[in-house]
Amino acid sequence: MKILTRMGDSSNVELTKEELRTEFDQGSEYAAKKAKVPVLTENEVDYLVDMFAAPTRIWGCQRGNEVVMTKDGCVNALNSSRMSSGVVAPVNREVGVRLFESMLGFDSMEISHNDYSVKPQRFLKALEMLHVELLMETTIFPLLYGFMPNLGLYYRPDGSFENPSDLLPIGKIDEARRTQEEAGEACLDDCIEMSDCMLEMGADGIDFDTVASTGDAEFYSVLKACDHVANDTGLPVEIGMSAEMVLGFHGQLEYNGKRLAGMWPHQQLQICEEAGCAIFGPVSNTNTKKTAPWNLGKALTFVKACTEIAKIPVHPNVGMGVGGVPMFETPAVDVVTRCSAAMIEIGHADGL
Amino acid sequence: MQLSKKMRITEAKEYVADKLHVTPLDLSDPTMMRQLREELDIGVITGVPGIAKGLAAKARIAELLDIKINCVEQFKRKTGFVAGPKAAGD
Repeated sequence: MKILTRMGDSSNVELTKEELRTEFDQGSEYAAKKAKVPVLTENEVDYLVDMFAAPTRIWGCQRGNEVVMTKDGCVNALNSSRMSSGVVAPVNREVGVRLFESMLGFDSMEISHNDYSVKPQRFLKALEMLHVELLMETTIFPLLYGFMPNLGLYYRPDGSFENPSDLLPIGKIDEARRTQEEAGEACLDDCIEMSDCMLEMGADGIDFDTVASTGDAEFYSVLKACDHVANDTGLPVEIGMSAEMVLGFHGQLEYNGKRLAGMWPHQQLQICEEAGCAIFGPVSNTNTKKTAPWNLGKALTFVKACTEIAKIPVHPNVGMGVGGVPMFETPAVDVVTRCSAAMIEIGHADGL
Repeated sequence: MQLSKKMRITEAKEYVADKLHVTPLDLSDPTMMRQLREELDIGVITGVPGIAKGLAAKARIAELLDIKINCVEQFKRKTGFVAGPKAAGD
């Protein structure tokens, strides 16, 4: 009997039960080899095979095992473009957040600007503060203020710092490292400025999202910012990563004596804990040429390695293109619900 | 509880359930929680006149769970309901 499931690009694929098991095993083995962590157990793969073999359209976790959700990208899914799976609804941020709370039943929400990086948000600081302040008065669920540190915007042509991508190909390694350190300082200042002002507005926390998208220098800035926000001001911090491995564009940066380049999710978790982080969001990037089961097997192996050692809640990213979910702007509910349930039942996630 | 106390999900559920005098399983029961939330006056998702909303609901939640909620503390300082330094911008 053939089982209908999906590829990492969301297209349909049919697998036998044996092929399905092999996909989970191979995805898990890939992650285990890369991050040097254990593979999924036979029982865990049994559960996954049964889940994917079931003909039901959707899947869910066992009653009583429900977890809470944190979110990135504010109400972009309502009022933004296809880039954020947005439907361009004529809904402003304040209305959108209220809808997410009451109509969509979200457990928490993140407030941010449509232009989601900290650099542009800093120029709108007063407006951002006002919207947070007003929403804190009208909603009940926890509200985090969030942004992407997005160090890339600090480099030319978008920013004033020399671009390491221009310097590295011509062998200017020291110059490339120096410009990342200098840009990282500017990014750190912006992260702290925006976080501090949201503390004053009554926010429940700060969400650093898509962290380390430009590598170890960005991760270093976020860890420093987290240290300040969490330990100096007491405001809780969630750190959601951008990729399963921290790229070493700089290569030499260390935090608390640990080299950041090349860190895998369980190592990222530990360094985030050291920086005072309250919630950690690991990422496993979807390989569109592999099947959804292969991608989910990989993602669960990374996440399990985190939740087994975590001292803080772990909220794996389970959205478009991460956490086993296919890379497609309208992810199919059959695979989204299965990935979400698996993150809880097998990954032992504290939230999504 | 996850944000302010860094509690893992099981511990967080047990803490909240204990404070509300229910079981952790009850927390995800929409029928039971709808009635309990109205009874405790901590806010409901549908429009019910007179039920605590927004900041008022959060103030009651903070008291029930014995936690501090940032915006509730800011509100108290702004209004002078408790002694403490005035919030920025006052």
